[in-house]
Amino acid sequence: METIPDTSGYMIAGFVVSFLTMGLYVLSIYLRNKNLNQDLETLLSLETEQTKKK
Amino acid sequence: MQSKPIALTILDIVSIIVLGIASYLALVFAPTEAVMGDVQRVFYFHIGTAWVGLVGFVLAAVSGIAYLITKDMRWDRFEVAAVEVSTMFFFITIVLGSIWARPAWNTWWTWDPRLTTAAVTELIYIAYFMLRQGIEDPDKRARFGAVYALLGGLSAPITFMVIRLFRTIHPVVIGNQSAEAQGGFSMTPDMRTAFFFALFAFTIIFIDMMWHRIRLGGLQEKVEQLKLNVSI
Repeated sequence: METIPDTSGYMIAGFVVSFLTMGLYVLSIYLRNKNLNQDLETLLSLETEQTKKK
Repeated sequence: MQSKPIALTILDIVSIIVLGIASYLALVFAPTEAVMGDVQRVFYFHIGTAWVGLVGFVLAAVSGIAYLITKDMRWDRFEVAAVEVSTMFFFITIVLGSIWARPAWNTWWTWDPRLTTAAVTELIYIAYFMLRQGIEDPDKRARFGAVYALLGGLSAPITFMVIRLFRTIHPVVIGNQSAEAQGGFSMTPDMRTAFFFALFAFTIIFIDMMWHRIRLGGLQEKVEQLKLNVSI
């Protein structure tokens, strides 16, 4: 009877890469979103100041 | 700060749930393949990510056409989102294929027609972002991006069809495969369940990520516009 080869190490590596890549992408969206919101707040306050001065 | 729609929050939760179920089906529910062993389980994610990757590239090409016709920046945002999310998923496809190939073909990589077209497709879309980075004018950037995405979109059907048209060692799961194909297998009903659920799950996750990326694009545009207003 033929035995099934043990390739579980490759399988684990595959799933780790998949979850890591998706996780990093989600993190990058979160961080970009956070930074853009900070920029937006700063720019809005600058715009308000400029309008007051005028 | 933009408020997040409830539908998007629900989609986030659904995405996590379906990813969990797809992982369970691939890792536990599906039987171990007799010849390749456990490494065959990456096949479910390999196909799932390839599916959304290639569909995304076609969607980017279609939105490129829509932008060129309408000049509506919403199509540009959609196109960028489709390319970015698809490039990420297609990267997973290529890495999983390489990991599977090591025990199945005894090599990490070979310049087989399918692997070559997949690598070229990925490189085309990495270059898409380099092209956009180099153009400051938003209209010009969107126009060039649309034409590039339209031409790049041709690589998706070529990558899909290549294993059905040429002699290749890459197995074909659905349809007739080349006589040289190595590592092919016939799916049991449980394997089919895991396979089709993975396709469904990655479609949901793709839509969720696209929605987030489109919103991010909108925010970027708003910030760029405000920067111009403040500097004036």
